[in-house]
Amino acid sequence: MAKSKGISCALASLLATVTLSFPAFASAPQELSVEQIVHRANYTSYYQGKSGRAQVSMTITDSQQRVRQRELTILRLDASDSDNPDDGSYQSDQKFYIYFKRPADVNKMVFLVWKHLASDDDRWLYLPDMDLVKRIAASDQRTSFVGSDYFYEDVSGRSLAADHHELTSSDGDYYVLNNTPLAAEEVEFGRYEIYVHKKTFIPVQTTYFDKQGEPYRVATVLAVSDIEGYPTVTSAKMQDLRSGSTTVMTYSSVDYNVELDDELFTERYLRRPPRAQLR
Amino acid sequence: MTALPRLSATLLLASSLAGAQPPSLPNGLGTAPTLPSFTPLTASTPPAPEPRWAVSGFVEWRSGLRLHNDPLQKRQSINEGRLSLAIDKPFELGATSFGSRLAGDLLIDSVDDRSTVALQNGSGPFDLREAWLGFSPLTMMDVKIGRQPLTWGSGDLVFINDLFSKDWNSFFSGRDTEYLKAPSDAVKTALFLDNVNLDLVWLPEFDADRYIDGHRISYYDPASGAAAGRASAFTALQPNGQEWALRAYNTVAGVEIAGYGYRGYWKSPASFDPDAGLPSFGRLQVIGASLRGSVAGGIGNLELGYYDSRDDRDGSDPLHPNSQTRLLLGFEHELADQLTAGWQLYVERTEHYRSYAAGLASGQAAVAEYRTLLTNRLTYQSHNQTVSWSLFSFYSPSDEDFYLRPNVSWKVDDQLRLEAGLNLFGGRQASSFFGQFEDASNGYITARVSF
Repeated sequence: MAKSKGISCALASLLATVTLSFPAFASAPQELSVEQIVHRANYTSYYQGKSGRAQVSMTITDSQQRVRQRELTILRLDASDSDNPDDGSYQSDQKFYIYFKRPADVNKMVFLVWKHLASDDDRWLYLPDMDLVKRIAASDQRTSFVGSDYFYEDVSGRSLAADHHELTSSDGDYYVLNNTPLAAEEVEFGRYEIYVHKKTFIPVQTTYFDKQGEPYRVATVLAVSDIEGYPTVTSAKMQDLRSGSTTVMTYSSVDYNVELDDELFTERYLRRPPRAQLR
Repeated sequence: MTALPRLSATLLLASSLAGAQPPSLPNGLGTAPTLPSFTPLTASTPPAPEPRWAVSGFVEWRSGLRLHNDPLQKRQSINEGRLSLAIDKPFELGATSFGSRLAGDLLIDSVDDRSTVALQNGSGPFDLREAWLGFSPLTMMDVKIGRQPLTWGSGDLVFINDLFSKDWNSFFSGRDTEYLKAPSDAVKTALFLDNVNLDLVWLPEFDADRYIDGHRISYYDPASGAAAGRASAFTALQPNGQEWALRAYNTVAGVEIAGYGYRGYWKSPASFDPDAGLPSFGRLQVIGASLRGSVAGGIGNLELGYYDSRDDRDGSDPLHPNSQTRLLLGFEHELADQLTAGWQLYVERTEHYRSYAAGLASGQAAVAEYRTLLTNRLTYQSHNQTVSWSLFSFYSPSDEDFYLRPNVSWKVDDQLRLEAGLNLFGGRQASSFFGQFEDASNGYITARVSF
């Protein structure tokens, strides 16, 4: 059992792309190690391209069929220039600029995240009505992202070092990975299972099991498009089996390797959103 | 599976092998999921054209009652209907892109029923919140001209180097916290240089705080030694001058470092003009600095400022406030899932204290040489972040007074928000900063529909 690094999945491919051409892999998929699979799925979900942009629409439907909508634009910039999923060089600190459009009471708010691999993220929230740049304390990554069924960690990625992984099956279309947290007391799940699509490394389904072994949270990819040569998740959902709530995310205007200056992820552009890039 | 099966032959085959029915999830093992639909080689959806105009806003009703009887005020602390409208209009002129925004509130308030619109102090049935034009004349320069909210500094509801006007009437009466910021009529020039960023703000006319003037909330009148209310509401003598505010800042290794300068006037009327017989605003110059960054799993901040009271530099003139040194230390962190806590210690030292004490009239209450203030913010979100419970507490050990702001807000859906809260003031002395507002303690309820 290769003890490799972890992967989170779920909100697969927030601005990530998949390179369709992995010749070595395509010819001999069975030879991939767990570590390679995990890295490729991580790369696919969170790191494809140097940068990315997407319009995200979230529909949160609770057990009583009450619906809430979120609309936001996400810009992403990786510190690493590498797009190589196999040598680990793709992994780097990342910056996210998240611009809210809906619902109306959060219109024009901006959430800025400098994600660090080795330390807590830096986060800022800009409140336009007060012209206030608020610094946000680092928080538990496994709490709801903007009130949806997705967690922060689903959106930004779970540390590869946080879990132990084993390949339980490579039949059919999928590699099936079973993932167990190394620090069980820090998370609410006992383990999670991922179906990684062999061709694209998109984690098509992730099921979280509680410490009693009951499934309670399922992420499923609903649609994938090939965008600029990269397969891209364009629709995905997260179900909370306990509360009966479901969040469907759809991505539009997805673009990779967008010209995004590092300066865009600073206070200047919190106070003055970059219209051209947010379009 | 709702996605349309525009599948390639291979994927169709794969999908039928994987089983077309939605995956059921038995204990221990999930079944293999159905492949998602692949739409090969499609370009990304073209972006939607930017709307030429964007109108947004809300309608709100807010009503509150005093918890104590204040014979100098109405029974209700607030009772207002508000329609807030904002229009955003980006446009191009030649090669330059402009942003612009016009925002204003129409309101009916039975507590403060002055009918004349006063754009500066916000009284009357119309409050112009924003009217500005923004552009970048150079790649490293942003300019914003007009009426705008302005905020900087590191404190949480405690301000040292942020000398932009505040609306204390709104804050103490239970309006939304965003109304603590009164708009400023200003030209803001921001320069982004290699090692430092500079903000220079010029206000051609002094913009005072929307200070406590007795119209809505009674205050302690040191001259009479008693509370003053509606019958003795006043308008302070407005100085004929301008304001300058400067900030130089940068972020180094995740730590935000800033230096500040200000030249203008005390923002609330703390001076007295004997000729006019009115409260007035003494001249003020402030220099300060702040740090903010991640520390010990939370956010720490430190801010300092020296308030140079230019009309009373040696502290001997009882008609003007003395100079002060102000210090703020803060820390905010997540206590538990969805529960955050913030803590602040604020110290305000009155300079030349002996001269100040010597200038006091007999029987007049003195401020402490070191006025201390502790604050705590607790925020808890429940019900998938649709319900927010918060408590902001101010307590001053030196003045022995307090101000508590509990609030619960429920986002019923994407449009409707219901809210209830309290503003509780108290203290040992009727003259202290929060103690004087004890009779203004109030509770309020709100319904807001956003669009």
